Parts: sequence; C-alpha cells; structure tokens
Amino acid sequence: MADTITVSVSRYRPEQESEPTFQDYDVPFRDDWAVLDAINHIKDNIDGSLSHRWSCRMGVCGSCGMMVNGEPTLTCAAFLSQYAPGPIRIEPLRYFPVIRDLVVDITSFMTKLKKVKPWIIRKEEKALSEGEYRQSPDELDAYKKYSMCINCLLCYSACPVIGLEPNFIGPASIALAQRYNLDSRDEGALERLSILSQDDGMWQCTFVGECSEVCPKDVDPAGAIQRYKLTGAANWFETILPWSSK
Amino acid sequence: MTTESGYTLYHPKWYRHPVSVWWWLSSWGYMKFVLRELTSVPVAIFSLLTLWQVRSLANGSEAYARFETWMSSPLAVVLNVLIFVAVLFHTQTWFLAAPKAMEVRLSGKRVPDILIIVSNYIGWGVVSAVVAWFWLGR
Amino acid sequence: MDVFSHDVLIVGGGGAGLRAAIAVAETDPKLSLAVVSKVYPMRSHTVSAEGGAAAVIKDDDSLDDHAYDTISGADWLCDQDAVELFVNEAPGEMLQLEHWGCPWSRLSDGSVAVRPFGGMKKQRTWFAADKTGFHMLHALFQTTLKYDPIQRYDEYFVTKLLVDDGRCRGVVAIELATGRIVTILAKSVMLCTGGCGKVFPFTTNANIKNGDGMSLAYRAGAPLKDMEFVQYHPTGLPFTGILITEASRAEGGWLLNKDGYRYLQDYDLGKPEPHPVLRSMELGPRDRLSQAFVQEQEKGRTFEGPYGNYVHLDIRHLGKAKIDKSIPFVRELCRKYVNIDPVHEMIPVRPVVHYIMGGVHTDLDGATPLAGLYSAGEAACVSINGANRLGSNSLTELLVFGARAGNAAAKFALEVEGNGISAISAQVGDEQRRLEKDFLEKQGGTERIATVREEMQKIMEECVGIYRNGKDLERGAEELAKLRERADNIALDDHSHTFNTELTAALELGYMMDSAEAIIHSAKARHESRGSHQRTDFPERDDDKFLQHSLAYRTESDAPRIEYTPVSITRWPPGKRVYGK
Repeated sequence: MADTITVSVSRYRPEQESEPTFQDYDVPFRDDWAVLDAINHIKDNIDGSLSHRWSCRMGVCGSCGMMVNGEPTLTCAAFLSQYAPGPIRIEPLRYFPVIRDLVVDITSFMTKLKKVKPWIIRKEEKALSEGEYRQSPDELDAYKKYSMCINCLLCYSACPVIGLEPNFIGPASIALAQRYNLDSRDEGALERLSILSQDDGMWQCTFVGECSEVCPKDVDPAGAIQRYKLTGAANWFETILPWSSK
Repeated sequence: MTTESGYTLYHPKWYRHPVSVWWWLSSWGYMKFVLRELTSVPVAIFSLLTLWQVRSLANGSEAYARFETWMSSPLAVVLNVLIFVAVLFHTQTWFLAAPKAMEVRLSGKRVPDILIIVSNYIGWGVVSAVVAWFWLGR
Repeated sequence: MDVFSHDVLIVGGGGAGLRAAIAVAETDPKLSLAVVSKVYPMRSHTVSAEGGAAAVIKDDDSLDDHAYDTISGADWLCDQDAVELFVNEAPGEMLQLEHWGCPWSRLSDGSVAVRPFGGMKKQRTWFAADKTGFHMLHALFQTTLKYDPIQRYDEYFVTKLLVDDGRCRGVVAIELATGRIVTILAKSVMLCTGGCGKVFPFTTNANIKNGDGMSLAYRAGAPLKDMEFVQYHPTGLPFTGILITEASRAEGGWLLNKDGYRYLQDYDLGKPEPHPVLRSMELGPRDRLSQAFVQEQEKGRTFEGPYGNYVHLDIRHLGKAKIDKSIPFVRELCRKYVNIDPVHEMIPVRPVVHYIMGGVHTDLDGATPLAGLYSAGEAACVSINGANRLGSNSLTELLVFGARAGNAAAKFALEVEGNGISAISAQVGDEQRRLEKDFLEKQGGTERIATVREEMQKIMEECVGIYRNGKDLERGAEELAKLRERADNIALDDHSHTFNTELTAALELGYMMDSAEAIIHSAKARHESRGSHQRTDFPERDDDKFLQHSLAYRTESDAPRIEYTPVSITRWPPGKRVYGK
C-alpha cells in the first residue's frame, strides 16, 4: 500500500483568475482517513489558502458536500481507501455558483426551502396545557424518512433538471414539504400543493432518480416527489369532478 | 477598482460552470435515464404497428395478408426485435419505479419495495400466460 | 463601511439562538431582529446531539426529583433558584417544540416516550430516535422561517463586540462571501455561540466550537464563570472523538475493561445488574464514569490503541431489533468510522471532551453584567449545570434559557434608546485596521495556525485533563502564555478577501486561547475537587471555601483575575452525591 495519494483539487480565486483550475497535492494515505481529513491536511500543512466548508465530521451537519471523482459526496463520510490508489478529483458541488475553491453559493436553496412552507400549519393551535398532539408510532413512521434530510444538497448536484432549469424547486425542498404534508399534526397539505403545482414545482421532475442514489441519509426524495405527483394528480381529478366541492 | 480578472473589491464574482448539452453522457445514471425516456419512441412505434394490424384485420384478409408480408420482411423483424428489447427495458424500469410512486401500507406497516416489484412481475407473467394460452390454443 | 441597525441581535444560530429569535419575534413582531451566524443555522453544533432532552412529563415523576437529580449531579455548584426555574419551565418548552413539529419518539398510545438517562432517578428524557439534537435544530430552524421579522445574516463572522458608555451597542462582523467588514448595531445583543471544546485535542465537538461568544464577552469585560468545569463524555470513539450517545447505555449497554469486567462496580457506582438501573453503574453521572476510566487506565486494565487507551462498550445483548429502533445512528457511526457492527462486536470508547459547564456569567434571564449583553445555551453559565452536567439537560436548557434571554433582550430593546454610529465609529475603524494589519496584509511571520493550535490542544490535554494538579496547571499556564506570543507571529497563506477561511481560523485560534486561559487559571485557583474538576493535590470537596462560582475577568497580563461569587442555595442543602444505591 502506497503511503501517499494524489488529490487534485479545483481551485478558484476570483480575485486573481476568471476560471477554476486544478491543483495537485500529495497527502499521506491512511486507511482511517476520510477525504475531508485529506483536505484538512492540505489546508493545515501544505496550502492554507484552500477554502472549504466543514463542521461536524460525522455526517449530520451537511456542510462538507463536494464532487469527488465526479460524484456528489459527503467528504466526511467517504474514505481515502475507497479511492485508492487515486488520484482523487475534488470539485465544488455541481450546478451551484462557485464563490471560491470548494465553496458554493446555496442561497437559492434557502429561498426554495422557505417557499414550500416547511413548518406545521394549523388552523388552530392546541394549548400547551392540553399536552402533546397524539401521534402513534405508525403515524410518525409515515414521514420519518423525509425528516432525516440534513440539507447537504448532494441531491441538487445529482439532479440534471437543476443543472438545466436552475429555478426548479429541487428534491430536498419537495421532500421536506412532504415531511410536513404527511405529518399527522399538520393541516397545510393543500397550501403546499398549490405552491408545488406551479411552474418550477414538482412537475419539473422527470424522475431521473439520481437524487435518491446520492442521498447519504436515505431520504429518498425521488420517491417523495413521485408520491407527491400522484397526490397532486388525484387532487386535480377531484377538482374537475362534477360533484366535488373544490 | 476592478482588476484584470474582473474582480472589484468586496464584490462577489461567482463562477458558474456551463452545463454541456452532452450532460447525459457524464454518468451511467444519467445515460440510463435518457435511454429509459427514449424507449417511449419504440413503444409509440409498437402502438402504431398494433393499430395498423387492427385496421388490416378490419379491412379484410387481403389487407391482413399484406400486413403479414411486411411484418415478415427482414427490416420489420429487426425493428420488432429492437422494439421488444426496448419494451423489456421500459417494463423493468417501470416496475422498479412502481413502489416509489405509491406507498402501500397494510395494517399500518409499509409493504417493502421488493414485494411490490415482484408482484408486478408476477402480474405481468400471469397476463402473458393468459395471452399465450389464447394464442397457442387457436 | 456598511452599517446595519436592528433592535435585537442574536449571535449564533443554534438551538438557543433560534429559540431566542422566535421568543423575540413573538414578544413584539415589530422589533427588528437579526440572527448572525458564521455558518448556516442548520450546520450549528446542536445538530450533532443525540441522546435526548429532559423534562418532567410522566405521572411518577416530579419537578423536585428533576431538580434534585440536577443539583446533586452538579455537585451542588449550581444555582438552585435557576434549577427550580429550569425544571419548572422545561415541560412547557418541550411541549411547545412538539407543537412546532419536532418528531419525538412515541409510545403506542401516541404520547411522548421518555427514556432513562445518566444521573436521573426517574425516566424523563424525551428523545427523537438517537438524533434528538438534529430533529430539534431542524424543527426550530424550519419554524423560524415562518416569522418574517427574523432577518438572517448567514456566514457572517463576528469579530468584536462594540461597547460604549457601559452598554453593548452591537458587533463588527466579516461577511465571509465577500470579505466585507460590516457593523451591525443593536440595542441588545445575545451570544448563543456554543462552547469551546476544540480547545482540547479529542472532542465530540465540531470544528466550529471555538468559544467565539465567550471570548467576545471576555474581551468586552464580562466575566467567564466556572470555566474550570469541562465535561468529558465517557463514550467517544478514539481518533475521531465522535460521540456514542449516553442512550446506548440507557438502553442497557455495559462498559467493559480489558478483562471483560464491568469495572464501574469498583467505583462506588452500585452493583452490576443485567438491566439498567437508574443512577447506577453505566447510568451514573458522566464525571464519575470518566474518572473511573482514568483510574482503570492507571491500573493497566484498559486496551492500548494507536489513538490512546480505550475500553469496550457492549451493546450486543440488546439485539439487532432494539438497536435499529432506538439507537440506529450509533450503529451507522460505528460501521462507518470504526468498521465494526455493534450488533456483533464491541465498540471501542474512551472519554472525550464534550461540553463546557462554564461560560459567560448570566443571571436567571440570561443577562450578563454588561448592560445590553445577554447569553444563553452552552456559551452561557446561569448556572444550572454546576460542576457536572447531567445528560439531556443541555438540550432543554437551550429552549428554556434561549426563550428567557430572548424575552429579556426584547424587553430591554423596547425600553432603551437606539445607537448612533458616531459614538462607536472609532472602535469600528480600529477593528477594521486590526483585521487588515494583523492578519490580511501581514507579511513574514513564522508560525502556522495548525501548529500553534495543536500545541495548545496538547497543553490542555496534559495539564487540564480529567485529573489535574497544581504543578501541571502552573506549567500549562506558563506554556500557554508563551504560545500566545507565538500566535502573534502567525503567517497566513491566504491574503484574499473572498471566503477566507484561513483568516477565520486565525481569529478562532485567538478566541480559543482566551477560553484556554480562563480554563487553566480558574482550575489553578480552585483548590478542591468537585464534579468534573478533580485535583490530585486537593482530593476533597471543600464547601467552606469553594462552594462558590469562579469568575474570570480579563486583564492586561496573561492571567485573568479570578474572583468568586456565592452559589444560590434554596431548598437543597449541600450533601453527598450517592449513586448506585
């Protein structure tokens, strides 16, 4: 086993250049090192000007998403040993504007997230003195999967629709909308449906399915969207039936 | 002041990678998707052929004989083989997608995806068996 | 120079900061409110918390029981009026979060489930599988999106508190995306920036836990209270320091030494039973468990590994079904980071730094001695955690004191007059010059940030670990002072403005050195052993001299001035901590 591995990192210094370039670094190869450890080694010991985002290093904060060998990956959960003997190519998350080196701008996602109203919507709130809303384990199970989203945005980088139509609201936002739609305590399903049925809403999805492939938390946004399409279509049918009240 | 690279102090200068028209060649996942979508063309052609077959039937035995002759030509055979492969691929991807579109719950517990996929194949097998029985029995 | 003006400014977008923002928005929606965070809020370290949040909800439990467990767990160093308030408001806050959509795990009848936790006599820890912090943070963050008055400044790095005429007036911050230095004025400022675990080399804490807010307050003249009390969580993974939640012990896990023996029975923590017994053995308080590990290590009964000694956490007897249902994240982490499946193998664990009981000194409403400055969460010290925090109290603390401090900050803002930039423009100018001269434009310099940081962490681990003594503390303080000088000589590779994370790393190193200084000197001054502060030269608890909080005030020299302030005792006179009975 070699004791170093070459890491080829995409660099972009807007103050000096107009395009990204690749810079190669040799880092120690340790079999318990994650790709993130290699990037930190570069920053700490070789080239302090490499900018990247990271925090928890345990796969729960969602900061460290990057393209590793062309695949959207959480660098704290991918190990150098998976890519040996290398070289490993590291680039910023695809389909997002690059601010600097491996840092991309995610304000578009923050706007899209707010748009789907990801909070409990109720006509009337229960008083605290009446205790909790009862929710059986099965009711919790109905939306639990979709609540596991860490907002790492790997799914956005995997989705070609985001690349071609950047205004598409995107997999994570729709999965989070579904998380609330299916929560037994929520009453806002119709409100969200009218938002997500618009242009750039769920109908932009063509079920490529790559989002679910790359999701590190098994949220299955593709499944969430297809189910939502079924709900949307059924809802539309109801509105055109002669005896419907809608 | 703006530098040679076009940067102005404190002003963001994001880089947007252009998305190539060949985006779908960049990964196997994307290629599978495009191939799946393209199978809609052979399926459409097959529907047209079937409509032609029905019309030929309606127009009498001479018309039907002409249809059969064309269908036995090498070109038609190759076309049909290609359509068959495309429809198989289409069916397989369709069945894999089935559990995604609809979550089936029996007494509160979610039915595992694999059961839904397998039951679709079984259903397909049963329908094919019925059709084959009719066709072989004539 | 860009100047923004708000009524209330919250620094830090974790559990406490977001809860405070909602509290301010609900107190008066017309208040102009800003939440400034150096990371996007959903990246805040609250997200990593796993085990649960405590609040009395079951019929067999009582507020007094929760209070007693907390006070005895804290080795009587907490303020009992704060604890009484805390246990009183906890259930309401937790229910409010449930109403806001937090997916708490449930019993079959639909009511909220609770689990046992370390140091608690009754079961009162609410949980969301074993990702409680994650679910709480996301529920809070998504709820804040519905309040239009909350204006967020995402990825703005605060570098200084602006103080004038004895009142806090706002902050200076760097907009990371562009490097622009901005002034954000506010009538009240709240620090919810979390703890400083990264001062130590092995910690469960994320990279962003550098004690930013503690240092900002310290430099502005506010004292840091009880900084010597650093909690080591008994079960962290070696090398990465990743947290293996206390819930794995609450569900029935055992700690075994090299000989496969449940060694905690030798340390006055009760008798080993096949099922978990509350306040006994593996469900004892964290400080005692970590101390037991060190003693086992000294007896040579721990495993030796490439990243330090460790023992085994055995959860195999729980079975796959229970593990996948109650602690699935633990299984995922073990498989990923140590390549073992805890269903079949034992988990290697060792104590790692996890939480700092100390922080910015506040009263019951989160107000610091500096007018207009508030604090809540791990950054603050009210104190309800005293000398040792019980697991699952801190997540609830975020909600209770986040809300209280938010309300107090809002009221203060409604009562006082606004700020003019002229009074503090000199300070702002100085800060801008400091950032440019001392960091960005500086040439030469011989030290690398990582080298100085690692040296600091080494000193802290060696001199201010689980067991301390006067000699090591003295040596540590001296070496830290020398390291400070070396830190002034740091060379940056990155002189650019756009998203300069080397600049922020250098600033964070400065913050961490302030916290390290406060920790070491507070530890040096406390001549007793209490809770998580154990001194081999003063092995007994000394209530006569040290039933007091230490306050560290920054001075011009390397050493802070340490003063003391009494602990508030209401209904529970100091007694012995008894576990295992």
